[in-house]
Amino acid sequence: MTSQRSGRFVAKRNHGMKTRWAPIVKSRPSQGAIPNLEDYAKAWSTFSWDAARRELAGLPGGGGLNIAYEAVDRHVDAGRGGSVALRWLGKDGAIHDYTFGQIKSLTDRFANVLGGLGVRKGDRVFALCGRIPELYVAALGTLKRGAIFCPLFSAFGPEPIRSRLMIGQAKVLVTTESLYRRKVEALRDALPFLERVVVIADAPGGGGSAPGIVDYARTMEEASERFAIAPTAAEDPALLHFTSGTTGFPKGALHVHDAVVAHYATGRLALDMKPGDVFWCTADPGWVTGTSYGIIAPLVNGVMNLVVEAEFDADLWLEILEREGVSVWYTAPTAIRMLVKAGSALVKAHRYPRLRFMGSVGEPLNPEAVVWGQEAFGLPFHDNWWQTETGGIMIANFASMDIRPGSMGRALPGIEAAIVRRTKNGAEEIREPEADGELALRPGWPSMFRAYWNEPERYRKCFAGGFYLTGDLARRDADGYFWFVGRSDDVIKSSGHLIGPFEVESALLEHPAVAEAAAIGLPDPVAGELVKAFVTLKSGFEASPELQLRILGLARSRLGAAVAPKDLEFRSALPRTRSGKIMRRLLKAQALGLPEGDLSTLEAPS
Amino acid sequence: MSAQPKTGEGLRETILGILAEIAPEADLSRLKPEENLRDALDIDSLDFLHFASRLEQRLSIRIPETDYRKIATLAGCLGYLGSKTS
Repeated sequence: MTSQRSGRFVAKRNHGMKTRWAPIVKSRPSQGAIPNLEDYAKAWSTFSWDAARRELAGLPGGGGLNIAYEAVDRHVDAGRGGSVALRWLGKDGAIHDYTFGQIKSLTDRFANVLGGLGVRKGDRVFALCGRIPELYVAALGTLKRGAIFCPLFSAFGPEPIRSRLMIGQAKVLVTTESLYRRKVEALRDALPFLERVVVIADAPGGGGSAPGIVDYARTMEEASERFAIAPTAAEDPALLHFTSGTTGFPKGALHVHDAVVAHYATGRLALDMKPGDVFWCTADPGWVTGTSYGIIAPLVNGVMNLVVEAEFDADLWLEILEREGVSVWYTAPTAIRMLVKAGSALVKAHRYPRLRFMGSVGEPLNPEAVVWGQEAFGLPFHDNWWQTETGGIMIANFASMDIRPGSMGRALPGIEAAIVRRTKNGAEEIREPEADGELALRPGWPSMFRAYWNEPERYRKCFAGGFYLTGDLARRDADGYFWFVGRSDDVIKSSGHLIGPFEVESALLEHPAVAEAAAIGLPDPVAGELVKAFVTLKSGFEASPELQLRILGLARSRLGAAVAPKDLEFRSALPRTRSGKIMRRLLKAQALGLPEGDLSTLEAPS
Repeated sequence: MSAQPKTGEGLRETILGILAEIAPEADLSRLKPEENLRDALDIDSLDFLHFASRLEQRLSIRIPETDYRKIATLAGCLGYLGSKTS
């Protein structure tokens, strides 16, 4: 099995073939299983963001909107404090249930902890930890405080951690004892603005008491559990999610409290969350999916949020789906393709009577995998599309709608999606169907990013002709289904995570032997793309397998496994444009063995 | 590929050799037998997949996905692969 659409030129090569898979036709649902979005056209005619907003409570006393209030306290105030909000499955087999009431008091305590540390409205509180309960408490407690929450992926190495803390000017970091020792401690001198690090002990009694360190357990115990949520307005900043571009350092997409309206509505409409559901989003909160849908959407919809600490393991995950009675499952193409690899017999060794809806996001799900879901689980995977900047699902295959395998689906009610071409003065919509262009969205939905942190120019460049330009190339068919074509830039998408080539190349250049470096994504049957690096050596250095491993090792220790290249090749020279830019697309074409004729399209628009 | 090591030191060397390719920065002499390889060596799901498939190639065996949990530690690898290759 190969990934069908890993890059623009691959798609171009297939262009014109128009081989599409037979649609998966949905039978009429039996009574009681009617999807929240029952009829697409009707949903469009009745939906409005204002109406969705009115279904939330707003802060008591009419004082604005706060994500954490809608996600947690609202349920407690409505008498649902005893319902299980979050079930945590630990790596070691531990199971802990947290009711809405318990999460309310924990997050109130944490908000008080932050108050004690001098955190004020708008300050940035970062988290660097695996999927442990404290992470969820920190996220929601930070929002209650009115501060901005910024999650970091725990598999990042010190360099991505340093650059993000630096760009976001973190005031407080919440992390674990072991991650602190391994990845943060040595950076402290370079991060003078980082006033406090709240450390979660690896085992009870651990933690620490060094200067600038606050022990999580102790400070939580001392904090009051009475807290009045900061009066946040809908447009006040709430979440900062880092993402990557082709050039430069990562950029922090800033979202506001109003985003919760989209988390709520898209959870209902695109993921079909219903009361009584057991919902499992497999994404890590270090990435936007794991926050929007791994924390906020299930809680605000009042469904039970299953949090699994362990990384992917076919047997374990299937066991969890069965034992926990998961009814809505939101996962990613890499995991699905690993399951395909493990085989449908393994899937069929378990039973999933409660499983009703399976969604996928992160990168386009190849049609084989969509259809395989049907064969293995008796349910197809529903691909959907969104990105860090959109804050929530924008285009989706809905439960009620026939699936065209390989398509990302249709725009959500309230979302105006279009295919545009960039022009000298901006961008213009291409109205005829089946034309390739850039996927664009009409601004105005609640979870749209409001800034790149401290980079107004970079933010401004994302908009033209009255659209937000997504950087994804796509086409729309005559019925409004969107089809992914490729990226308009050089960002690498591996296991659903965007990786900026510049960030990778910068780490490679730190090795004393490396003169030049380029990083590209090469198609991989499981990960979509894998990061591959090409380097030239300074004079006096000889290419050798040992040197290759030493450079890869340095990149891993700087960047962490999630970002570092998985392969490295020595070159005597790297192709450059006349202006001196490394032509990553040419390297990619060479690596893929594409014909000369395709090279004209290889240079990315700057 | 050289002769396949079956048990004991040879097998251990093969396993550590593959780990050194996947996580070249790691100090494998400090790896404890019961430590989870992913946690100890900062190995992600893809690295682990590569680890398993290289073990398969070099030991000429098949490791079903359902057995991945058995090779999560060095001790687990030695026991599981030892029984498979002997």
